[in-house]
Amino acid sequence: MPRVVFTPNLRRHVDCPEADVAGVTVRSALDAVFAANPKLRGYVVDEHGRLRTHMVVYVDGEPVKDRDGLGDAVRTDGEIYVMQALSGG
Amino acid sequence: MSERLHVATHKGVFTVDRGPSGWAVSKVDFLGDNATMLLQDPRDRTLYVALDHGHFGVKLHRSDDEGSTWTEVAVPTYPEFTEADEAKQAEAGEFGARRDFSKLGEFWELTPGGPDQPGFLWAGTIPGGLFYSADRGDSWQLVESLWHRDDRWQWFGGGKDSPGIHSVAVHPRNSSHVTVAISCGGVWVTEDGGETWNHRTSGMTADYMPPDKADEPNGQDPHRLVSCPSRPESLWVQHHCGIYRSTDAGENWQQVTEAGPSTFGFAVVTHPDDGDTAWFVPGVKDECRVPVDGRFVVTRTRDGGNTFDTLTNGLPQTHAYDVVYRHALDVDRTGNRLAMGSTTGNLWVTENGGDDWTTVSTHLPMVHCVRFGA
Repeated sequence: MPRVVFTPNLRRHVDCPEADVAGVTVRSALDAVFAANPKLRGYVVDEHGRLRTHMVVYVDGEPVKDRDGLGDAVRTDGEIYVMQALSGG
Repeated sequence: MSERLHVATHKGVFTVDRGPSGWAVSKVDFLGDNATMLLQDPRDRTLYVALDHGHFGVKLHRSDDEGSTWTEVAVPTYPEFTEADEAKQAEAGEFGARRDFSKLGEFWELTPGGPDQPGFLWAGTIPGGLFYSADRGDSWQLVESLWHRDDRWQWFGGGKDSPGIHSVAVHPRNSSHVTVAISCGGVWVTEDGGETWNHRTSGMTADYMPPDKADEPNGQDPHRLVSCPSRPESLWVQHHCGIYRSTDAGENWQQVTEAGPSTFGFAVVTHPDDGDTAWFVPGVKDECRVPVDGRFVVTRTRDGGNTFDTLTNGLPQTHAYDVVYRHALDVDRTGNRLAMGSTTGNLWVTENGGDDWTTVSTHLPMVHCVRFGA
């Protein structure tokens, strides 16, 4: 199963340990995390499910292309890393 | 008199208590976080703090025990930006980025509903949203009657990139009568709890607009609107272009042209029992937002704006560049005690209506909101 890792900076505000979840896209993997941890959702995506402006998601070291739909594919042994973008300062 | 102050700053929320040796910070919550708005509901003493985490979005926290413990509650959510919205935006010439109109940018006002509406809150937001919660922030509903007006597309940002609602005044004896002020979008009133809305800007002039548009209701930039609790038809507005007064609930506005060193500013409060008394914190003008001649003063009228006192005792009079934002000046229930915090982290209190000011701190983070404890 893909592993989802969140920036340590986010842990200051909301509990978000690493998680191994089912999912073939970034969206489905993150949805699986959010289902178990609903409060986390609003810290990563906006009210329409789009990646927040100053957040970035890497899949196996590459930034996702589909920031709105989060449809980028994830391998079963892939790693999704959720972090702050430098654009926010 | 209130013996406690709540101060929301760019780097946390400070509780300031009045002890035997004066006012002092007693507690810090959310240290390091940008607290943009704060409310202590006088009906049930619940505390609310709005945070803007930047990367992680806008959040609202609630406390039922004076800030000992906090619970994160819901925030307002905006409808998706549609193709129809895009067409209306283009027609109006609005220049905001389309995505800015579909997501919460900032809590800019939190106001309790009326005494007959326990737990009911109003929230003004950027971009240009008015929301209400009937359950102390557990859920929020958009006031669609205002949001879906076609002339909303004539609103525009003033200082901020997008228009925002920063003032909500609820009539103390009629909770359905609510007055709202928008930068930039004018002054609006509902008398049926938000079903219908009407402009209340007659007499206001915006000198930054083309001359033939200077009186346009949607083009007015009230920086802050307050009403007198015991005389709610008495309203004051610190406008981008000066000070305005209404004695008929906003039906007509009279401009105050002389008020000490300047009529430009952001903050205004009015005496809870005397609608003719109001305080302002002036700056030079819109393109130079600092105190006149580096002298930081408060101006006060006690006669409805005919004359003003310029209050300086205890305030810095050389090379002071403090600005007091629109929510960073408050008056307590007696009308004698006021407090204000500045963009450069100064916090002052007066016990005698502004005649003398005491410095509480000179090194807080930038102050966004000051509220006396309920």
